[in-house]
Amino acid sequence: MATKNWPLWEVFVRSKNGLEHRHFGSLHAADAEMALENARDVYTRRNEGVSIWVVESKNITASNPEHNGEMFEPAQDKVYRHPTFYDLPDEVKHM
Amino acid sequence: MKENLYKYILGIADNSLILGQRMGALTGHGPSLETDIACTNISLDLFGQVRSYYQYAAKTAGDGRTEDDIAMLRKEREYVNVLLVEQPNTDFAYTMARQFLFDVYHLLFLNELQKSKDLTLSAIASKSIKEVSYHQRFSSDWIKRLGDGTNLSHQKMQDAIDALWTYTDELFHQTQADKVMVKEGVGVDVTKLKETYYKQVNEVLEEATLSIPESKYFQKGGKEGIHTEHMGYLLSDLQYMQRTYPNMEW
Repeated sequence: MATKNWPLWEVFVRSKNGLEHRHFGSLHAADAEMALENARDVYTRRNEGVSIWVVESKNITASNPEHNGEMFEPAQDKVYRHPTFYDLPDEVKHM
Repeated sequence: MKENLYKYILGIADNSLILGQRMGALTGHGPSLETDIACTNISLDLFGQVRSYYQYAAKTAGDGRTEDDIAMLRKEREYVNVLLVEQPNTDFAYTMARQFLFDVYHLLFLNELQKSKDLTLSAIASKSIKEVSYHQRFSSDWIKRLGDGTNLSHQKMQDAIDALWTYTDELFHQTQADKVMVKEGVGVDVTKLKETYYKQVNEVLEEATLSIPESKYFQKGGKEGIHTEHMGYLLSDLQYMQRTYPNMEW
């Protein structure tokens, strides 16, 4: 039997109103509608979400890990881009 | 004990127990990881509903019987599920066709059961409706997808619908207990659901480019405890642990 794999989809779930959709994982499905149903069954059966987005993985353009050097490293030695020079009062928590 | 109420509850619950057992048997055997999980979820939904019914049945019996005794320790002739739900998982088309033919009925039934004078039954119905709406959406989608798919998937889905069609009419039969319960305002008059049922089923079949079976010969017996040859095997799986290690718990 010829088995052809269904395309891969990325699943984003908003866990509460007011929060953003976050990447939950990926799954296989024949089309968008099936991807939504599968996402419901795989990721949100225990009340994890109020909204689901699915997008076919091939539509995502990702940065190439080989280019991490030029993409990200120049920022590392520029400490002044980070707000690390403020003294935070003790009362401010969770920073 | 309220004999008719007890029988009536089993008449509802056994359908879900046996269908849940069939779907649960697909755990690890589904056609894809995602559909495997979906079938298992449907099974778990049904088992959840079944627990509420059997707890109520145990209370109604009032003789020390527990929900587990009722679910696990009856003999084949004492199960009163319709023949449709005990039919085997021949292939995925059969599995979805059986689910679909039951889901359409199940949702119509629960909608009516919500209006029952029996507050426990109406509460269980209200709680189950969202789950069953999803089951129907899932199975209907697969009927359309396979029916309106490739030549092979169309043929397989048509074969499954043709084979299971003979078990649909029994959904609308009434037992003696059913009639008494309808009269008391507790039960649902299933004969009144028949027309809507076939209308809804036929709409999906048409959308799926499947032909509606013309056969007018229908099987019956499950509601009176007379089952097809598949039921014994199903029960031996279902009951194995309780029969081999009586009263075992975990």
